[in-house]
Amino acid sequence: MEKMADIFVMGKKYKVPSRLTIMKALEYAGYQLVHGCGCRNGFCGACATVYRIKGRQDLVFCLACQTQVQNNMYIAMLPYFPLVKQTYDINKIKPDKQVMMHLYPEIYKCIGCNACTRSCPQGINVRQYIAYAKNGELKKCAEASFDCVMCGICSSRCPAGISHPQVALLARRLTGKYLAPKSEQLEKRVREIKNGDFDESLNRLMAKPVSELQKLYNNRDIEK
Amino acid sequence: MYSEKMIDSVKKVEATRPYRLHTEPKRMAADEKSRLLTAFHPDYREDQFAVLKVGPNKGDKVPKELAALLQANSRLAGIDIDLEKPDYDVDVLVIGGGGAGASAAIEANKAGADVMIVTKLRMGDSNTVMAEGGIQAADRPDDSPAIHYLDAMGGGRFANRPELLRKLVVEGPSAVKWLNGLGVMFDKKPDGTMVTTHGGGTSRKRLHAAKDYTGAEIMRVLRDEVMNRHIPIVDFTSAIELLLDENGKAAGAVLMNMDTKQLLVAHAKAVVLATGGAGRLHYQGFPTSNHYGATADGLVIAYRAGAKLLYADTLQYHPTGAAFPEQISGSLVTEKVRSLGAMLVNREGRAFMHPLETRDVAAAAIIRECTARGEGVPVSSSLSAVWLDTPMIDELHGAGTSEKMIPAMMRMFGRYGIDICRLPVLVYPTLHYQNGGIQITADAMTDVPNLFAAGEVTGGIHGRNRLMGNSLLDIIVFGRTAGRNAAAAGKMAKAGTPTLKHVKRFQREMEGAGIHSDIFSPKLLPKYTRYYRGLKGTKNGSF
Repeated sequence: MEKMADIFVMGKKYKVPSRLTIMKALEYAGYQLVHGCGCRNGFCGACATVYRIKGRQDLVFCLACQTQVQNNMYIAMLPYFPLVKQTYDINKIKPDKQVMMHLYPEIYKCIGCNACTRSCPQGINVRQYIAYAKNGELKKCAEASFDCVMCGICSSRCPAGISHPQVALLARRLTGKYLAPKSEQLEKRVREIKNGDFDESLNRLMAKPVSELQKLYNNRDIEK
Repeated sequence: MYSEKMIDSVKKVEATRPYRLHTEPKRMAADEKSRLLTAFHPDYREDQFAVLKVGPNKGDKVPKELAALLQANSRLAGIDIDLEKPDYDVDVLVIGGGGAGASAAIEANKAGADVMIVTKLRMGDSNTVMAEGGIQAADRPDDSPAIHYLDAMGGGRFANRPELLRKLVVEGPSAVKWLNGLGVMFDKKPDGTMVTTHGGGTSRKRLHAAKDYTGAEIMRVLRDEVMNRHIPIVDFTSAIELLLDENGKAAGAVLMNMDTKQLLVAHAKAVVLATGGAGRLHYQGFPTSNHYGATADGLVIAYRAGAKLLYADTLQYHPTGAAFPEQISGSLVTEKVRSLGAMLVNREGRAFMHPLETRDVAAAAIIRECTARGEGVPVSSSLSAVWLDTPMIDELHGAGTSEKMIPAMMRMFGRYGIDICRLPVLVYPTLHYQNGGIQITADAMTDVPNLFAAGEVTGGIHGRNRLMGNSLLDIIVFGRTAGRNAAAAGKMAKAGTPTLKHVKRFQREMEGAGIHSDIFSPKLLPKYTRYYRGLKGTKNGSF
């Protein structure tokens, strides 16, 4: 006999196999998900979920697709949370301290409560990366926030109304575009291609019959 | 977390590891690969395919599940809808909110077109977001577009459309440059040189990555750029039929709100189809690594509109889907794990193949190991799996490498108490990618005038088997091309009278061929619900 667990979906009780993830348990219970379900693999952040185990004080935040059900789990999904996304022209803004003050001034209202970090299903030190953003340390902010799936749970907990994932995304784009070192080799190759330097080798290859391509492929030199 | 039997097998894996760390397994010869594929690759199971009786590919075989949707009823059958009063009227309608759709929309917007994105779920819900390993581009001094071309051609079993593949490899470096310029954080050395690794079937280290969040990083940047450009996004809305004008040109689509089921009409002068793949059809009962919306919708509506498909009978089973624990069954274990040196090992601890064979060969070899050879590790009553020896990564490259290079994998298994730096993981092939799809030209145009397509919904670029890292590249290269060309076509086009005559015509063709279907398509979402207790559950491995 399969081990079952009682779960409460928006307050309603269901009995589900205890081996299931929250997402699959919802489907087992009969819900056809439209919201709150995306990649089902922990990358897209669509299935932000909050739960509390009966009799316990603490609220737990998780991704429904990555979390197994437990007995007496009270589940509320957070398929959407209103984040503030400022728009900007990436070619015009600069990677300095003012950019955060200008676009996301509310980060300076952070009271350091750490609710964001404690709720992050990815285990990111959210408060720390916001601190980096406040100091204009954009590269550090980018690196510390890199694994963010933008589920928005942190923002749902923030008394200062900060949209942490958007702050982090701005820091990452500025880092990727301006602060990371340029790849000279990439630039060079793009110029060479534009110049037509590789056209002839491709023409020669494309003119060959499949039998010859097969020979070339089977005997090609493979880098160690 | 592992059972006792599994632990016994882990000990054998650990016993052979010191030897394996210094011994590269032999690569298979060409004829050996052919024999293996024919005997064990799911594409060769004839009973799993059906021959189409109507439409542009009449006489061709496709997976049974796809045939059932292609030869099904329109969701608009018997519904009268006023096409004259559009809810939206734009130059370019982009259908699909993944990497290809976003790239297309950005370029169309740049070209001055009035462009709108409609997407079935949220903007960014796509397979792009789960592409972990990297993006190929021949930018290193010892690499070239020609070497990239030959790798992809051989990997694709020489079936790739040459003109499409040429475009892919030639525009690889500029695609990476474009992404970098938008702010994608590629892994780089301190001097700016891109960190590159091998993928299965590459002859040069050509995979550019952003840790093992490459697709997620690309998607969040592209989505942000779409928003910065104030491109309208109509989300939770699916396209359920295309509209064609009196001259057979694409002229918009009929849309459906996924919540309220309200029907909406969008007029457009050109349409870009970027609806992605079909993993959620669970061909042959396989689990899938695909996102929730991957249900072949684009193939269905384009087919009814007269677009020809190419290689729709070839699917990619990613060799390393997670097989244990059950909660993550089917989830992708990125090929980057093998790029970094982890080997595929059977229950006796033997490396039964070179870890960097192409995906079709690797998947077939794992299936052979678990079936005919009986050398798999049982994970359930019906499924065996093989080990992917992840601890080799830190052994080969130094402690901390896994944490730095594959944090998402560390996290995915870590949630179930498996530290992949210490313990190997169990894997089995998972339905991953639709190699074929709508036939396009190098201009991303389909057979239907003014209907463009890009990304996984298309076929031909990758032949019969795609190499790792060539799909992230293709969504950028062909997405951008589709957007630019759709914008140009949109400027030229005069607004015609949108109709659904092609849908009625297709229905008549079906009747003429004696097809009576009780299915309505596109499918839109997989059905994982157990509607009533006592009715059968799903048979797709989801539960």
